Amino acid sequence: MPELALDKDGKFLALKVDTIANMGAYLSTFSTAVPTYLYATLLAGQYTTPVIYANVRAAVTHTAPVDAYRGAGRPEATFVIESIVSKAAAELEDGLRPSCAGRTSFRRRPSRTRHRWRCSTTPGNYPPIIDEAIKIADYKSFESRRAEAKSRGKLRGIGFSSYIEACGLGPSRVIGQLGGGVGQWESAQIKFNPTGNVQVMTGAHSHGQGHETSFAQIVSDKLGIPIETVEVVHGDTATTPFGMGSYGSRSLAVGGSAIMKAADKIIAKGKKIAAHLMEADVADVVFEQGTFKVAGTDKSVPLGATVFAAYVPHNYPLEELEPGMDENAFYDPSNFVYPSGTQVCEVEIDPDTGVVEIVNHTAVDDFGNIINPMIVDGQVHGGIAQGVGQALLENAVYDKETGQLVTGSFMDYTMPRADNVPSFKLGNKVTPCPHNPLGVKGCGEAGAIAAPAAVMNAVHDALAPLGVKHVPMPATSLNVWQAIHGGN
Amino acid sequence: MVDLNGIKELAGIKVEGNGVTIGGMTRHADVASSADVKAAIPALAHLAGHIGDPAVRNRGTMGGSVANNDPAADYPAAVVALNATITTNNRKIAADDFFKGLFETALEEGELITAISFPKAEKAGYMKFPNPASRYAMVGVFVAKTASGVRVAVTGAGPCVFRVKAMEDALAKNFSSDAIKDIKIPADGLNSDIHGSAEYRAHLVTVMARRAVDQANK
Repeated sequence: MPELALDKDGKFLALKVDTIANMGAYLSTFSTAVPTYLYATLLAGQYTTPVIYANVRAAVTHTAPVDAYRGAGRPEATFVIESIVSKAAAELEDGLRPSCAGRTSFRRRPSRTRHRWRCSTTPGNYPPIIDEAIKIADYKSFESRRAEAKSRGKLRGIGFSSYIEACGLGPSRVIGQLGGGVGQWESAQIKFNPTGNVQVMTGAHSHGQGHETSFAQIVSDKLGIPIETVEVVHGDTATTPFGMGSYGSRSLAVGGSAIMKAADKIIAKGKKIAAHLMEADVADVVFEQGTFKVAGTDKSVPLGATVFAAYVPHNYPLEELEPGMDENAFYDPSNFVYPSGTQVCEVEIDPDTGVVEIVNHTAVDDFGNIINPMIVDGQVHGGIAQGVGQALLENAVYDKETGQLVTGSFMDYTMPRADNVPSFKLGNKVTPCPHNPLGVKGCGEAGAIAAPAAVMNAVHDALAPLGVKHVPMPATSLNVWQAIHGGN
Repeated sequence: MVDLNGIKELAGIKVEGNGVTIGGMTRHADVASSADVKAAIPALAHLAGHIGDPAVRNRGTMGGSVANNDPAADYPAAVVALNATITTNNRKIAADDFFKGLFETALEEGELITAISFPKAEKAGYMKFPNPASRYAMVGVFVAKTASGVRVAVTGAGPCVFRVKAMEDALAKNFSSDAIKDIKIPADGLNSDIHGSAEYRAHLVTVMARRAVDQANK
């Protein structure tokens, strides 16, 4: 159990966490990194915490080996800190339930935290996110909803979870210091056809994240060309440059940044060609919305004309410049990216059966600049559903006597389905990432990172009036009923 | 393996006597949407409409389900609570004589269920508590008041469908959920797994029975 020391004004003094992480029978690729670098380093959460001691022991057991899952250590870190913060808020307030006023009085950290390997978290402005989440969740009238539910014999609870996480792997130098044996750059190639259509080859790989759309968007926007002319190519090792792949919420932050670097090279080459075509000095050429212009004149040349000239170099500075419009780039980030946010979960529990129903779920996130809002919302939806699975439904169960896996199929391993969750209420705030060309932070795992704590805090809030102190995760109907009835 | 799909006479719903007779090959979806079943025993149509999922309901048959006698199947509770009669190619079998044990029925080798006859119910209700993963009945209670009296049949909780006499007696005097709210059934012999201990299932029997009575009284 973690221990948190606070003074009477709610200022955090110290946090002590002791963790045993089950690796399974063999160590797999990320296994030991997940409960150490990806977990213990984030245990301050959003709070100013002067001293943290975290001891992590990795245990090998007779169970299936584990590796990075959505969130990889950050859901666990968020769960540890947000559960104990919720308990602390309840104890400091009226001893019965956490209130948001109590939580916001915990001093949120200033923008930077130094780690031993000299990476600082980047600015995140947490109070406006919390305020927005409270508003969207209609926290103000929660007590009246709780009373109405009570009149129907049901128990309502509300739970909060605020997170900050590190993703967008990552600065290769730091990865090396941490003992990683690879780099964490990403690659991109932008290859124009003479007709002006363009192929964007990426080392990232879409498995449903919609990179075909978002990567085409950033190229179309940066180069001022119609999105229909952009084809994104991924996952074909015969045609794409060597890449590091999609995981750790890195594809847009790192892969997208590589694409932007390649696009910069296209523009730089285009400027030289345009300068030649317009008989101007390259220093006087600017690029605006797909067109090269000579500043202070009405001379202009579209990007497409420079592409054509590059492939049909009849009027072309061949002495200084090779033909072709085909540039690649590798981008190694200078830092991780640090999305943050707050989720609010409202549950209604049937004390007769122990069934937990999520009646409202709100998520407000700061993902930096948003390239495609629908894709970002979809990532948050999916992440929340996975977090709900962890909190209420999923469990890999081994029989204690025989070691046999009891949840051997989906007839027993409960996957979350659409009817296990409500329609989510989302919001977002924008603090652009200061160190990548797009100003984006990763959004793929955030939903799963904050959700388990939000749901479990809500469950505990709902059952607190009955004197229930602890419900194990997953809060299945059996576990909830046993918690209410004292394990009978 | 013999394919019965070509035998048209085995499927179909008939209004007969004081109830409905449903052919062994009738699909769950057809029972659920039948105007005749909804008129005579709406709770039976409701039960059929919640078996599995739409794909299962389009292929699964009543005869198949009843002959298989899965401990978590829904139909056995309806058959016993409504005191239905199972007609085979050989004889007629009363509901109380049909379900023998885990996956075991009174059917002999080569005996085929051709139809099941359900009497019209004055009041009937079915409430199922689903396994969160498989959505099978962890506990399913069918309560019915027919010409045979009041019957309460429980599926999912034990190795085979069973009746709860204490609840039947209480409901015969007063057909309301309050009449059975303090009746606890013993946990001995009930199924126990990661989704529900025997004690939890015993508790759920009373909860589902009360809700089934409330549904029957609507």
